[in-house]
Amino acid sequence: MKIYLIILGLFIVSFNVIAETAEEKGLAIAVEADKRDTGWGDQQAKLVMTLKNRFGQESRRENRNKTLEVDGDGDKTLIVFDSPKDIKGTAFLSFTHALRPDEQWIYLPALKRVKRISSSNKSGPFLGSEFSYEDISSQEVGKYKYKYLRDEKINGRDTFVVEAIPQYNKSGYTRLINWIDKERYQPLKTEFYDRKNSLLKTLLYSQYNQYLNKYWRAGRMDMQNHITGKSTSLEFLEYKFRTGLKDRDFNRNALKRAR
Amino acid sequence: MFNRLKCVLFFYLITVQLIYAAEWSGQLGIESRIFTETAAFSGQKGNSSSVFFQPEFYYESETGKDSFTFVPFMRLDQTDNQRSHADIRELTWVKVQDDLEWRVGIRKVFWGVTEAQHLVDIINQTDTVENPDGEDKLGQPMVNLSYITDIGTFDAFILPYFRERTFVGKKGRLRSQPYVDTTTTFYESVDKEKHIDYALRWAHSIDEWDIGLSYFNGTSRTPRFIVGINSSGDTVFNPYYDLIEQIGLDVQATFNNWLWKLEAIHLDGIGGSGASNFTALTGGLEYTFYSVIGEATDIGLVIEYLYDDRGVTIASPFQNDVMFGMRFNLNDEQSSEALVGIIKDIELDSTLYFIEASRRLSENFKIVIEARQYISIPVNDILYAYLKDDYIQVELSYYF
Repeated sequence: MKIYLIILGLFIVSFNVIAETAEEKGLAIAVEADKRDTGWGDQQAKLVMTLKNRFGQESRRENRNKTLEVDGDGDKTLIVFDSPKDIKGTAFLSFTHALRPDEQWIYLPALKRVKRISSSNKSGPFLGSEFSYEDISSQEVGKYKYKYLRDEKINGRDTFVVEAIPQYNKSGYTRLINWIDKERYQPLKTEFYDRKNSLLKTLLYSQYNQYLNKYWRAGRMDMQNHITGKSTSLEFLEYKFRTGLKDRDFNRNALKRAR
Repeated sequence: MFNRLKCVLFFYLITVQLIYAAEWSGQLGIESRIFTETAAFSGQKGNSSSVFFQPEFYYESETGKDSFTFVPFMRLDQTDNQRSHADIRELTWVKVQDDLEWRVGIRKVFWGVTEAQHLVDIINQTDTVENPDGEDKLGQPMVNLSYITDIGTFDAFILPYFRERTFVGKKGRLRSQPYVDTTTTFYESVDKEKHIDYALRWAHSIDEWDIGLSYFNGTSRTPRFIVGINSSGDTVFNPYYDLIEQIGLDVQATFNNWLWKLEAIHLDGIGGSGASNFTALTGGLEYTFYSVIGEATDIGLVIEYLYDDRGVTIASPFQNDVMFGMRFNLNDEQSSEALVGIIKDIELDSTLYFIEASRRLSENFKIVIEARQYISIPVNDILYAYLKDDYIQVELSYYF
C-alpha cells in the first residue's frame, strides 16, 4: 500500500512538472517570492527621492517610511515628508489590499486636517515623481496574473523573466515584465507597458542588502520614463526591521503625530 | 567645587542633548492685498501689505512616546492694527501610552470633511483677521485625552480658557459695518472667558466610511453682536458670546473617484439668554478625473449645498447656498494646484467667486495667490459690507 502511494505521489509530482504551463510557472515564482518575503513583521527606512527632468535639473525630497506586514492582506504604510520644507510634516497613511481598493488618508499639518482620499488614482504620479501610486503600493500576489516568459542573465545574475498583468481596477499599465533574481527571488528590473502596450518606464533595482539573514531589500531604485525623458531615483537609507510597530502606529491619530 | 563642575557639566549635557534632539523649522512670509474698488466705509484704507512669521520648535524623546511642540505666530500689517497680532498657535506636550494619548497645552484641532465651510469644527476660535475663509485658527488651551479602541477613537477635551474671535479693525477691509470693537465684549457666563468648556468626540473608519460624532458644551465660538458706541464715539458692534451646546455629525464615504460628504450640527442655547436654537448642514460630493490633461493633471469637481434653518440672518451668510468648485492638481515637481469656485445664495442671488492657487518656486520658496469677488449682494445679506472688497492676494513664503 505504502509503495503504491509513493509511486502515485511520484507520478503526480512528475506529471505536474511536465504539465506546468507558463502561467503556472509564473504564478509559482510570484508565490515563492512572496513566501520568502513573509515574516519580517515591520520595517522602517529613510527615503531620498531625486527627480530629474530631461534637461538634467534635479530636485530632491526626503521622507520616512514605516511599514507593517499584515497577514493575509496588503501592508499598512505610513510616509512622513521632511522636504521640500513647505510640505514638511505632511503624512500619508495607506492600508493596501490585493483587489479591493486601498484605504488612504493624508494629513495636512497647516490645517491639522486628516483627509480621506480616493485610492482610484493608481496611475497618477506620486509627489510629481516618475513613480505612480500603484508602483509604491505593496505588491501582493493576487494583484496580477502571471506568465513565465524565459530565463535571462542580467549583470551576471540568472533571472526568471515573468510577465505580470494587473488584475485591479484603474491600472495605468497593460502589463509589467519583471526580471526576478533566481537565487534571491527579488526583482532586478521591471518594464512597464502603458495602456497602448508600448514601453513607458523601466525600473532598475540595485544595491541589494540582506536583513535579518533572510530578507533582501534594494538600496536603490532608478525609474526612467521613456516618453518624457524624466527619471526618478530612490535611495533607501537606515533600514530597520522588527522595531515593534503595531496596528496602533497606523491609524488617524498616529498620522497626526507622525514626525 | 568638583560637585559644582559636575552640576554644570550635567546641565551642559542636557542642554546639548535637547538642542541636538530638537528641531527648528518654520515659515516667514510677505503678503500683499490689492483691492480693485475704492473702500465702501470711511476710515478704510486701500491696498495693504504685511509680513508674518511662524517658527516651530519640536522635541521628541528618545522613545518617541513624549513630544513637545512650540509654534508662535506673529503678523505685522501695514494698515490695520487689529490685523497686526501675535498668537501662540501651539505649545503642547503629547504623551503616548498604549491605547491612550494625552495632549496638554495650547493646540489646534480640526474636525470635519466638507470644503465650503466647517460647521462641526468648534474647538478652536477663528482668527478672522487672517483670512475671510475662516480656516485660520487661534491656539486653544486644553487637556485632551484620546482613547483608541477597535470601535473607534474616543476623545475628551477640557477647555479651560476661551479665546475671543479676532475682528478686522476700523481701517481694515473685509469687515462688517459698523466694525466690531473687541475692547468691550459680553459673555453670558459670569465666569466670562474663564468658563470651563468641554467636548467629546467619537471618530471611526469602517471600510469606505469615515464617521465622526461630537458634542460641545460651553461658550459659543461665534458671537452675536450688540450695537454700542465706543470711546472714540463710533457706532460699533460689540461681541456677545452665548453659552451653548452643540452636537455634530460628519460623514464621508469614499467610493472610487467619488467622495460623498455631510456635516450637520444642532445648536441649543443653554444659558436662557435667548441664544437661538438652530440646525445647519453642509453636504455634497467631489468627483475627480485623474490624469485627464497631459500626463498627470487631475481635475476634481466639488459641489456642496449649505443650509441653516434660521434663514436670512446676520448670523450666517450661508442659509441656502450652493458651492461649486473645480480643483486642478498638476501633480508636477512644483506641486502646482488651484481651486476656483463660486458660492451662490439661492434666495438672495448673492455671489462670491474665489480662486486659490499655489506653486513651489524652489526648495524653500512657495507662492500662493488668492482672489475673491463679491457680486450682487443685497443689503440684507451679511456679506453686503464686503461688496466693495474684491481683492487679489499674493503671498510669498520662505520655509526653513
